[in-house]
This record gives sequence, C-alpha cells and structure tokens, in this order.
Amino acid sequence: MSLVVLILLLLVGGLVAWQAERLDTNLPRWVALASVGAALLYLITIVARLPAEHFSLVPEAQDGTTWLLHLKLAWIPRFGIALELAMDGLSLLLLALTLLLGLVAVAASWSEIDFKPGLFQANLLWTLAGVCGVFLALDLFLFFLFWEVMLIPMYLLIAIWGHENRAYAAMKFFIFTQASGLLMLLAIVVLAWQGLAQNGSLSFSYFDLLGLPLDGRLAWWTMLGFFLAFTVKLPAFPFHTWLPDAHTQAPTAGSVLLAGILLKTGAYGLLRFCIPLFPEASLHLAPAAMALGLAGIVYGALLAFAQSDFKRLVAYSSVSHMGFVLLGLYAWNSLALQGAVMQMVAHGVSTAALFMLAGALQQRLHTRDMARMGGLWHQAPRMGACAMFFAVASLGLPGLGNFVAEILVLLGLFAVQPWLAAIAALGLITAAIYALWMVQQAFQGTPDEQRRMEDFGVREMAAMAAMMLALLWLGLYPQPVLDLAQPVLDSLQGLSGSGL
Amino acid sequence: MTGADFQALLPLVALAGGATAVMLQIAFLRNVALTTAMCLLTLAVAAGSCLAAAQVAPLQVTPLTRADPLALVFCVLFCAAAAATALLSRDYMASHGDEPEEYFLLLLLSTLGACVLAYATHVAALVLGLELMSVSLYALVAYPHKSILPLEAATKYLVLSGAASATTLFGFALLYAATGTLEFTALGEQLGRATMGPAVLLVAAAMVFAGLAFKLSVVPFHLWTPDVYDGAPAPVTGFLATVSKAAVFVALLRLFLDADLFRYRILVEITGLLAIFSMLAGNLLALLQTNIKRILAYSSIAHIGYLLVVFMVCINAGNRGLAVEAAVYYLIAYTATTIAAFGLLTMINAGHSDRERVQLQHVSGLLWRQPLLAGLLLVALLSLAGIPLTAGFIAKFYIVSAAVSGGHWVLLAALVLGSAIGVYYYLRVVYYMTRRPEEHNMERQTVGGWGIHAIACLLIGVILLLGIAPQPLMAYLESIL
Repeated sequence: MSLVVLILLLLVGGLVAWQAERLDTNLPRWVALASVGAALLYLITIVARLPAEHFSLVPEAQDGTTWLLHLKLAWIPRFGIALELAMDGLSLLLLALTLLLGLVAVAASWSEIDFKPGLFQANLLWTLAGVCGVFLALDLFLFFLFWEVMLIPMYLLIAIWGHENRAYAAMKFFIFTQASGLLMLLAIVVLAWQGLAQNGSLSFSYFDLLGLPLDGRLAWWTMLGFFLAFTVKLPAFPFHTWLPDAHTQAPTAGSVLLAGILLKTGAYGLLRFCIPLFPEASLHLAPAAMALGLAGIVYGALLAFAQSDFKRLVAYSSVSHMGFVLLGLYAWNSLALQGAVMQMVAHGVSTAALFMLAGALQQRLHTRDMARMGGLWHQAPRMGACAMFFAVASLGLPGLGNFVAEILVLLGLFAVQPWLAAIAALGLITAAIYALWMVQQAFQGTPDEQRRMEDFGVREMAAMAAMMLALLWLGLYPQPVLDLAQPVLDSLQGLSGSGL
Repeated sequence: MTGADFQALLPLVALAGGATAVMLQIAFLRNVALTTAMCLLTLAVAAGSCLAAAQVAPLQVTPLTRADPLALVFCVLFCAAAAATALLSRDYMASHGDEPEEYFLLLLLSTLGACVLAYATHVAALVLGLELMSVSLYALVAYPHKSILPLEAATKYLVLSGAASATTLFGFALLYAATGTLEFTALGEQLGRATMGPAVLLVAAAMVFAGLAFKLSVVPFHLWTPDVYDGAPAPVTGFLATVSKAAVFVALLRLFLDADLFRYRILVEITGLLAIFSMLAGNLLALLQTNIKRILAYSSIAHIGYLLVVFMVCINAGNRGLAVEAAVYYLIAYTATTIAAFGLLTMINAGHSDRERVQLQHVSGLLWRQPLLAGLLLVALLSLAGIPLTAGFIAKFYIVSAAVSGGHWVLLAALVLGSAIGVYYYLRVVYYMTRRPEEHNMERQTVGGWGIHAIACLLIGVILLLGIAPQPLMAYLESIL
C-alpha cells in the first residue's frame, strides 16, 4: 500500500495547492514544497524499514515477491488488468531522483510564477505523481495510463506558463508523445493477446508477459511499438525535434522536470520493458539503435554548438547526452548498463541545474540570447561559478557524475563495438566545445555597464548546492548507486538469456 | 399477446403513454415546468420499466420486435440521454418566447423512435422507428424558429435525410421482392435462395446501406453533418449526435447479426473501407474548423469510423462477442461524453442572439472566467481524444482490443493515425480555454443556473467513473452478450 500512498501524497498535495491559492498566493508554493518533501521523507522511511540484505537480492522474473516492495490489486478483471506497483533498486533510484528534482522545480518556480501559482504547483505535483507511477507500474495497462496521464499537466505547464511560442511547443510535445504512445498501446494489446493465446488467460502483468515465445515478425513489430514510444520520449535522433521547442518554451520548473525526469521515463521504458520483453528482436535492432544513439550524440552536440539561445543549447546537449544512454542500453553488458543508469541520474541533475540557471537568467535579463549576455561573471559571480560547475559537469570532467557515466558506457561499448565506442568518444570533445562556449558567451567578456542584476539568493544557492553535492557524490563515490542498480541489471540481463 | 409480451414492451408503452399524456396536458394547460416534469417522469418510468422487461428478456414479441438485454441497455441509455437533453435545454427554452412545451413532446417521440430501433428485428419496425425518430428531429433542429441558422439546418436535414430514408425504403422493397420476407432472420436465410439474380441484391444492399450510413454520417455520406450540427440548438445537436446515431447503429448491427450478413465478406469489407475513410477524413477536416460545433461534428464522423471497426471484427464468429461488447461500451461512453460536451457549449453563449454559433474565440480564457465549466469541458474533450482516466480511453481500448483479436492491422493503423490527428484539434480548444486574460477580450458572460451545472457535473462524473472503474459495466455487458 505504501507505494499508493506515495503517489496519493503528490496527487492530493496538488489538489490542496490548487485550492490554497484562494487563501494566499504564497501558500501553494509551501504546500507543494511540503508535499514533495513529505513524499521524499515517506520514501526514505519505507526504504529504511526494509532489511538491508533485500537490496542485494536479485529480483526474480516470475513474480514480484522478491522485489523490494510489491502490490497487486484486482482492477479490471474483465481484461486481467491489475493495479500492480512494485519497486526494485532501479525504480528506487529514479524515484529518489524524481522527488529531489521535484524539490528543485518547486524552488525554481518560487518567484518566477506569479500567474495562478496554485494551478501551476498543482500541475507540477501531478506531473511528478504521473512520473512516479511510470517508474512503479508493472501492469502494462497501468504503465500506459501513467505514461499518458503525466502528459496532460506537463502540457498545461508549457501551454499556460510557457514563453512566447508556447502554443506551438506544447502542441508538438503532446502530439509526438501521444502518437508514439498510441503505437505502444497497440503493442501492449497485441502482446497481451499473444499471452492469451499461449497462457490461456488474459493478463497485462509484466511477469506474465515476460519470456513469452513470440513469432519473429510479430515480435519485431510489437517491439517497434515500444521502441518508438520510448525513443521519442528519450529522445533519440531523429525523433528529437519536439525537445528543443518544448524545453525552450517551458517555464523553468517545466524544463527542469522535462529534462531531469521525463526524458528518463523513456530510458527506463527501454530498460525495463522494451529489451526484456523482446530480447531477440532487440538483438536484431541493437546495431540500428546504437547507430541512432551515435547519431544523437554527434548531431546533438553539433546543433548545441550552433545555438545562440541559452536554453536551446542546453536542450540540444540533452539530445547528445541521451545518445549515451541509448548506446549503453543496447550494448547490454554490465558496464554499459551501469553507465546508462548512471547517466540517467547524473544528466538529470546536471541538466536540471543548467535549466534552472537559464531560467534565472531569463527572469533577470528577459532574454535567452547569449549574444546579449556576456560578462555576467562580474555582475553575478555566484551564478557564474554555478554555471561553470555544471558546464564542466556536463562536458564530463572527471570527479563528477557525468564522467563516471560516460566512461562506463564507453568501456562497456568498447567490448562490443570498439569502433562505435571510438566515434562516441568524440562526444566528449564536442561537449567540451559547446559547454565552454556557453560559459564564455554568457559569463565572460566585458559586461554591459548599464545592466543591473541580482545574484543568486539563498533559496537558489541551496538548490544549486544540493545538486553540486549530488554530482560530486556520484563522481567520487558512485559505488552505492552502482550497488543499488546491480542486482536489477543482473536480473534484466538474465531475462535476455545469452545477452544481446 | 400475453402478459409477458406486455411486460417486455413496457418501456415502449411507457414512452408512448407519456407522450400522449404530455400532448393532452399541452392541449389543456400550457405550463413549461409541468411539461418538463412530465417528460422527465416518463423517461424515468420508461428506464425503470426496463428492469421489469429484463425479467422476461430475451423474448420475441410479435415478428416485429425482440426484447433482449441489448435492446434494454440501449433503451436505458436513450432515456438517460433524453433526460439529460431535456434538463440541458431548460435554460434554452426559458429564453425562447412562445410555446416551448412541444419541444419536450418531440423529444419524447424521438426517444420512442430510438427505442423502437433498438427493439427492431423486422424491417417494418426499423423503418417505423427510424421515421419516428427522424421526423421529430427535423422539428427539434428547427425549434428556435426565429433564427435563421436552425431553420437552414433543419431544411438541409429534412431534405437530405428524407432522401436517405427513401433510399433505404427502396432498398428494403427490393430485398422483399427478392426474398419475400422482411424479418431479419428469415431475410438472411432467404438471401441464399434468392432467384432474382445477384444484381438486384447488390443494388438493394447498396441502397439500404447508403441510407443508414447517411444517418450515421459515415464518409462519404457525411456532408450534412457539420451544417446541421452548427445550426441546431446545442442540446439538440447532442441528442442528434448520440441517440440517433446509436439507435441506427444498433439496428444496423442487429440486422447484420440476425441475418448473418457477416458471411458476405465483400459487404463487411466495404464497411471497413468506409470506417477508414471516416476516421481519416473526419479527423483531417476537423483540423480546418474554427467553430467548435463543427469541430465536434467532424469528430463525431471520426468516432463513427472507430465504431465501424467492430463490423470487420465480427467476420470471425469467435470474436463477435467481444466486438459487440466493445461497440456497446463505446456507444455508452460516446453518448455520455458528447452530451456533456454539447451541454457545456449551451452555456457558453447563453443570452446571445447568435448562441448557436460557438467559435474558438468564445472559449478564450474560459479557464479563468469559468473554472468549473472549463474543467468539465476539458474532461469531455480529453475523453473524446481518448486520454486515460476517461470513458473515451476505455472505449478506444475496447475497440483496439477487438481489432487486435481479429488481426485487422490496416484498420488499427487508420485508428492510430486518426487519433493522433485528433489530438491536435481537441488540444486547440483546450489551448484557447487556457489563454491568459491579457490575450483575449472576451466580455461574454456565461450563464446557466445551478441545475445545468449539476447535470454537467453528473455527466462528467459518469465519464470519469466509466474511465476509472469500468469493471462493473464491463462485467454486466459481458454477462448479457
């Protein structure tokens, strides 16, 4: 039940925040902070209560009893659909990331949003609830439900509180995700019907559908349905075009959520569902998927370098970084998978911080154009230092989380496809170019003397410091994260037999 | 006729009796409140008497009608839809100067026609029901007779729908000539032995199908739909879009099932082709509209396209149960959603001379002006778009499941493509509703008493309930079909 409570905390928190606006315009922000904080504390307490040896157990694929937490309630027995939520090390890691970035998002929107703050915070919390559901749902129908439901509050965040071109960006975001999501729904139904043909009963449960022997062609097309939905969300080249628009037009908190956690739902879907459900079809797809990942790394980096808009630059850098995730997943060995999981977490934190910076700059300067910035370091040294820190994190400086992630992916990939690894390593160089170019453009050079701008305050520095500490921790002592993910990755690799 | 026969026909008797009583009441004492109350009472009694009829169902009553659970489910649905329409029209009628009483009489008669269609197992009953329903609808569409738009819509509907009815009749006449029977089941048996040659049967089938497809507004017989929806008073549009279509659909489905027309593969494949046309054309044409009622008109064309998918699924007798169940669930979800959507539109332009015409800019910033109304409209639109947690999603899931069980990949591709296009125009309405106050200059006040809000909340509650806890209805439908 505790997993339901976790999601309910966010849902109900959203309702309260929405209505709290009637009393006081500041109250919704406190309610949102309290409700994300409560959810995080609750997660910590339920995890702390679990016996320590549970975390090193390899979760089994037959049922959820060996998972950290598992809940199954009948929901729509007519179609064998259940309310099945479960948590293992991977979900726990991503849940923690979601809630931490949720706190950051609330902090980022604190003074930025003046128009209807109640509804804003409500949508923010509902998006978080949807994402938590995605990371926890093990019934494929329920998973799809959360997958779609998290879109609507996100759409509203962009469409109502976004920047100048918000209608276009919000619509594009929704249509890309919805159209690919429908293909996934189709694939889910096909899979369940195959289960009916072979097991004699209809079920949408992950455990019942794993290891289903499928005819080659059918498996291929069904797998593609999942793959498309997840790579659009990831996003992988060439389905990334919604991302720069959505990220650029979204309000700061929206960008933080989009880049920090919504993209990770795509990676999570590939790792949890797409590859384990269709190991053989994924094996055939692996070269193409890795090529897409590689194309994303290079193309994203090139386009990032060509941007003059601060947020667009960060958005394209996400395309580049998520390419590493795709590479790591389809290399499908322990090192590469560890790297992919690490990249999900580290990229979530570093990009969220960069978007928060971009938002702060836009709020102060009313522009995202880097040509109109320059010399900001002198006027706002704290912002400059933060920007520098997260820029070098993004380019993969050793000692920070992103480096660990990318080096693990490259090491794992080298064992499978040495040439691809060599080309992917170029991504590290191009990242250095665009990240440093960004700092140089915005923060160095001669400052505009007319400009008066306020540096980061306590609230913003607190959020920044938390994210810096997280990245340092991930970079210097990544072992706890690796240990948490390892049993899950072992179990997932066990499902695909000999491996991809 | 035995007592059981009467019991089985009780819903029809109640509706007919209620209509007569309302007629008499209007002749002696004109009073809108009383008429409304009697109309609602009649509908409640008719819906309630379905329970009594269910005890003897399934029962063939005369060669014309059969009271089976399917018919009774639709009777309840039509009565509920008519009651919601009556309640939503009250404020419409209040601003209407003279003689609003007959409006409710016409509504009852139209509902009676729809229920007869649900019962029909004979061509005579089908034609009677169809005409009773359509003729009442012509008058309902034109009811605000002082404005030009409804009159134009009614004239268009009268002429075209009349032609469609005549076509259907001619088709049935040819069928009779070829087979010598008008009973659905016997018709199916005789078709194999018909001696007049395949040409006559082909023409007959084409004419019957074209006429009924017109009533369903299936592409390419859809041209009347946007104009009539646009011009008719919004509650009537809701009734027209749901009850009249569901009734024709169920009659068509029963004709196919009883006469086992699914063995004529080419006929069913044509249905599938029209389904694809409807899904794609309906959604594509809706993209071009700026009038919300026209958007919903094209969207209803697309929805009928999704629904027609079940005909192809029925080809395989093993999947027929699931296909019919999917169709019934879809019609229930679609009826609740569409009535709610049009009901909410009635409130937007209330008190304006051009209230039939609801443009996108009329809902601009509605979320800030009328949060409740906008929230309800949002749910209705999301349900039409098939987003989870709403009835529309479960309905679409049903159709997808049925199509997957039959392996109809082309239809599924069209369904996915159509739904993806559809998201755009539903979201466009949502986007207009969320525009900030500084972006629009809408001074229009939306009105509507608490009653109308209550009925809207109730409908939205039903949509959410069917989307979140669909199991009871699913289990019930599975048990009766």
